[in-house]
Amino acid sequence: MALTGLDIYKQLPKKNCGECGVPTCLAFAMALAAGKAALSSCPYVSDAAKEMLDSASAPPIKKIAFGAGVELGDETVMFRHEKTFYHPTTVMIRVSDNLSAEEIAARVAEVNDLEFDRVGLHYGVEGIAVTNDSGDAAKFAAAVSVASGALAENKSMVLLTEDAAALKGALEPVAGRKPLVGSATAANFEGMVEVAKAAGVPLIVKAAGLDALAELADKVVAAGYKELVLDPVTTETSKALADLTQLRRLAIKKKFRSFGYPVLAYTSKENPLEEIVQANVYLAKYASMLVINAVKKEHVLPLLTFRVNLYTDPQKPIQVEPKLHAVGDVTPDSPVYVTTNFSLTYYTVQGEIEASKIPSYILAVDTDGTSVLTAYAAGKFEPEKVADLMEKFEVASKVNHKKVVIPGYVAVISGKLKEKSGWDVVVGPREASGIMSFAKANFGS
Amino acid sequence: MAVTLVKERWQSRVGEVILGATPEQGGTRSHTITVGGDGTLPFLHFEGTVANRPVVALEVNDVEPDWSPRLKEYYADVINNPAAWAKKCVDEYGADLIYLKLVGANPEGANRTPAECAQTVKDVLAAVSVPLIVVGCEEAEKDNEVMAAVAEAAAGENLLIGLAEQENYKSITAAAMVHKHSVIARSPLDINICKQLNILINEMGLPLNKIIIDPMIGGLGFGLEYAYSIMERARLGSLVNDKMLAMPMVCTPGYEANRAKEANAGIEDFPAWGDLHDRGTMWEALTATSLIQTGASILLMRNPEAVKLVKQNIEELMVSNA
Ligand code: SF4
Repeated sequence: MALTGLDIYKQLPKKNCGECGVPTCLAFAMALAAGKAALSSCPYVSDAAKEMLDSASAPPIKKIAFGAGVELGDETVMFRHEKTFYHPTTVMIRVSDNLSAEEIAARVAEVNDLEFDRVGLHYGVEGIAVTNDSGDAAKFAAAVSVASGALAENKSMVLLTEDAAALKGALEPVAGRKPLVGSATAANFEGMVEVAKAAGVPLIVKAAGLDALAELADKVVAAGYKELVLDPVTTETSKALADLTQLRRLAIKKKFRSFGYPVLAYTSKENPLEEIVQANVYLAKYASMLVINAVKKEHVLPLLTFRVNLYTDPQKPIQVEPKLHAVGDVTPDSPVYVTTNFSLTYYTVQGEIEASKIPSYILAVDTDGTSVLTAYAAGKFEPEKVADLMEKFEVASKVNHKKVVIPGYVAVISGKLKEKSGWDVVVGPREASGIMSFAKANFGS
Repeated sequence: MAVTLVKERWQSRVGEVILGATPEQGGTRSHTITVGGDGTLPFLHFEGTVANRPVVALEVNDVEPDWSPRLKEYYADVINNPAAWAKKCVDEYGADLIYLKLVGANPEGANRTPAECAQTVKDVLAAVSVPLIVVGCEEAEKDNEVMAAVAEAAAGENLLIGLAEQENYKSITAAAMVHKHSVIARSPLDINICKQLNILINEMGLPLNKIIIDPMIGGLGFGLEYAYSIMERARLGSLVNDKMLAMPMVCTPGYEANRAKEANAGIEDFPAWGDLHDRGTMWEALTATSLIQTGASILLMRNPEAVKLVKQNIEELMVSNA
């Protein structure tokens, strides 16, 4: 809950001295509440008041950064339609230190290659989590070193052990990568805090059960460290869903400071398909980071694609540039299709045209990123507009014919469009899936 | 220190809808299936009742569908026999219900008569004992005739029939009322149209517990997030007592996921996407499991391997976390 001006006013010294730049404490409180002033402008505010106001104005879930630009947390809502989700769940692939050096290098190479291009987007996993399954400090350090050497520059690392000395040894050579480290438990947290603090890297706090987790997080904070990621020890799907939901609710709705940090989840399934299904639940419901075993493209791509869906800002549909796009090696004989600039519509059409293997132009009409039907209903797919755009992008100079294909759903505009543009208007299929056969029938050689 | 959990006190719950009818109830099904009824967000057992688990219906077509070869493999031996196809879905692939699509009615396709379509429904009813979902060919005029004939031929079975849409809901609603069936009310990703349609259908006299909402989802990677949020909002609406949004929801992951290139293109064409077999399975599975997190009650699916994963996921989520 954000504080009101009045809440803040109660904490101010009420001297009305004006040194903060506004004439009264009340005016200053109002400016603070509106985010237009900084508390540090008042030289007289008490330390107790400062701490209370600071924590009340802190984000409900702290943003934790590590590695090559990974950011976790800093979410503000329970449901994406309330605003948006900001920091897409980071996905890390587990690399065990029980593997041989060759196996580690090979696995990390696979991780480097987990990058995908589809519908105009590029996305991939964020990196690896090296786990000290061997329980051996030297083995762990060696594994971390091999993995770091094989890992691409743009990927990040997590180091996982419960032995502070092993962590220290493994961390030093790779400290430049700014890895996330763990895990601090009730038994080892003092040593772990020391290592993480010295290296300036964030620390995972691990305890099973929310009561134990809150208690441990408080202890770690009391030990002087606040760069934290919470691990509630997810094992069983339903229980994990409940814990992840409570962590998010307590942080956002109650501003419960002990849980004001991003949360990570581990999968517990051996079979990669079952694992991805379980990971999908945790991704949907509030994990800021996932550590998974699956490393095959066909398993990871669907999960990352769901992540793209979930973290798309509901207020801003993804759009492509409204202009004449060329698909393939276009020639003056190439057909011209018209569609909207809503990225999904555009890329679905583009994909089908590509598959038809007939190089073509696509004129993307600026519909504010809405689909054909929605755009038409909202008056954003008018024949005048299409004709103007054809003119603007000089379609006539690009091709030696005067035939333009419009989506089947807006067949009604064909007469008017012909009149305005002087082109023959061909009504294409309603769904992009019909483009292949349409293209072959109309433009195939 | 004990953490005080945040438990919402919801005023209301999702409505319950019963599908199918046993001989005592005027039908011939071995059992009925109840969907909806939840008094909290999906699977938050610690907070409220999770009354009925989401169910999976496998799709059966009355003519050979133009599915990918990868998908058709599962049905190669039964693809020209809807009754045998349905039986295989129930016996081998664990379908809770059968989702029968009368595509053959399409005037531009096989152009089957309403009587022929009704016979297909009877054949499927005879072949399996689970409740049935039946839709037409998505050609409004023909569907009105076909569904009237189907509703009459299967009177008393309490089929779930579709599709009632804003422009065309009267005929199918009337058929459902006269012959004791339930309807799917489909609206294009718009919560206001969705409510409006439910009101219109209800005003004709069909009770609210005979309506299932189809919010028209997009598949994974193709606009899934729109339905995801509409469905979350609808579930929240039901829980704060918005009666005209409180119906259980049905989704079409089988159709939507398999429309995607990602579920069809081989590794030869897209080496960077990995092997097609599992990719196709996961495309459909994750479309479904994402939507059960928003409150989907009935999943209309195609890929038996995806069904297995989804059913296992549902089972795990039905374990109490109170
Ligand atoms: S400087 Fe502090 S005490 Fe002085 S008016 Fe501003 S808020 Fe009040």
